[in-house]
Amino acid sequence: MDQKESVRDITPWDGTLSSSDFFSAACAFSEKWKRFNASVPPWLWVPSRKHHLLSSHKEEGYLSLEGMCLIKSSEEQESCRSQTWKEESSISQEEEAVENATLVQSSCDEVNHYDFHIVYSPSYRVPVLYFRSYHSDGQPLPFGEIEKDLPDHSAKIRSESKWTFITQEEHPYLNRPWYKLHPCGTSEWMKLLFLGDTALNKNGFVIEHYLVSWFSVIGQVVGLKIPLGMLETVSC
Amino acid sequence: MSGAATVSASEAHKLVWEGSVPLLIHLHDSEVTTLPPPPPALVLAPRLGYLPLLISELKPYFSSTLPPGVDTLWFEYRGLPLKWYIPTGVLFDLLCVEPERPWNLTVHFRGYPSNLLLPCEGEDSVKWSFINSLKEAAYVTKGNCKNVMNMSQSDQVELWRSVLNGNLESYQRVSSKLKLGTFEDEYTENISAVSTASQQNSGEADAAAQVKSGRIPVRLYVWTVTEDFDDLESAPQIDNWDKVSYINRPVEIQKEDGKYFSLNDAIKSLLPEYFPGSSFDNLGDASTKQSVGDERENTCDPDSSSLPLENAEIKLVRIQGIEPCLEIPFSWVVNNLMNPEYFLHICVCLKVSEANALQ
Repeated sequence: MDQKESVRDITPWDGTLSSSDFFSAACAFSEKWKRFNASVPPWLWVPSRKHHLLSSHKEEGYLSLEGMCLIKSSEEQESCRSQTWKEESSISQEEEAVENATLVQSSCDEVNHYDFHIVYSPSYRVPVLYFRSYHSDGQPLPFGEIEKDLPDHSAKIRSESKWTFITQEEHPYLNRPWYKLHPCGTSEWMKLLFLGDTALNKNGFVIEHYLVSWFSVIGQVVGLKIPLGMLETVSC
Repeated sequence: MSGAATVSASEAHKLVWEGSVPLLIHLHDSEVTTLPPPPPALVLAPRLGYLPLLISELKPYFSSTLPPGVDTLWFEYRGLPLKWYIPTGVLFDLLCVEPERPWNLTVHFRGYPSNLLLPCEGEDSVKWSFINSLKEAAYVTKGNCKNVMNMSQSDQVELWRSVLNGNLESYQRVSSKLKLGTFEDEYTENISAVSTASQQNSGEADAAAQVKSGRIPVRLYVWTVTEDFDDLESAPQIDNWDKVSYINRPVEIQKEDGKYFSLNDAIKSLLPEYFPGSSFDNLGDASTKQSVGDERENTCDPDSSSLPLENAEIKLVRIQGIEPCLEIPFSWVVNNLMNPEYFLHICVCLKVSEANALQ
């Protein structure tokens, strides 16, 4: 085996990663996202401190994807829901479709805006997804409304998995209430994810693929999907 | 160190659990509908407790004057809304640099600033936050939260009640089952104690002293100044939460033979950007510093400057209302001064250059 990136022996791996590993994984993730998701806003790295002189610890920060819009049609709730999450994929030979319920611009009134941040948790040693939602006028959405935006299978995932639930907590850096997907089971299912995938397993775990794999699961809870092409870069 | 050695572990716990902050709580003008306005309420708040839990004491003082509506309790200090999930003692140590006794706070029963503060629905919210922190501490210490998740219902109730009521005995009875006793080394135990209990424990302590590394749950609240202040009164006021850097990161114990790990070492290890010369670096693998994707704007830039950083200076450290000597073994601080959810909360003031100041 001929690996360019850092490889971990799969057996003792506990599904977690260090802060600097998170930085590497974040860079790889945002770069791939840009490559496979050209028509969608990119994930940006936001350094956490306000200092300009920091040299060795610029790595501290988080990934940010802001201004995603969820379009609601004026039809009834039921069909609206299935409509917003149904992708209109036009998978061609040349490029993968963007399988997100997003549209960058819209003049429609009923637009819910979403901001997503992927923040590293030093306690749990895993990434954590934070998000918030607001109307076009900036008014935050109550959770009841956010739930309506989430895909049907999200509630199922959240109720079945004792690990994945949404709570409201203060953003680690921004001093504001955000929603987050609770991290306490992450390391366990990340470990299972790798153990269960013989292709990944065979090549050993590569740090740069961590976030892609992580996001393939977490994204489903909030309805953000990873393009197939991006997932394939992890397996081969 | 002789000062620390004369206080046994149990005495220290008692002092911490009995610690309280006298509060003089004024109802906000906008919510006073009667004349004369009600006098402020004088309340003794446990350091280890949380402000929303004071509602039962406060309500009787102000209920007759409140405008109609649903109670949504929140507090502010000089215009700064207070984060209710931070223990009262920590808020006091952080925001009241020159300790004000009693501490003058303003209470609101209406108009909750939900864009700024997490919602709080009374005791349940506080309890949830407490248990959540406890799980996090368990995860940090043991790598999983099973011990907390598997607590019996009655144990959970008793644990929370003991925190509510400040009942140390009851708390110790239940919390010992969690086996979250953190860090032991030859400096943890009271050196001058000669009771048999201590001698029985010394065997265990020796064994534990073999442990060279571990993670300790710590929450650091850092604020910066750019100039020395002669006395606490002239220290700048924290009027904005953006001026406080909240660092929720475990301390990784790294023991070097022949040297103990001090409080100073612990704090510096959590602030590598301010103490680049420190030998303890908490941010993980130093080897993976290569820049990736460097040609892209706004993604991960390579290091753009290599200006040497001056070391910051620690001006003030407060834990449970005391300013410990920084050379105290960190293990002692952890075992004696941590909060019931097993987190050690440390308020730190750093003196830095203008460019490095927060906000």
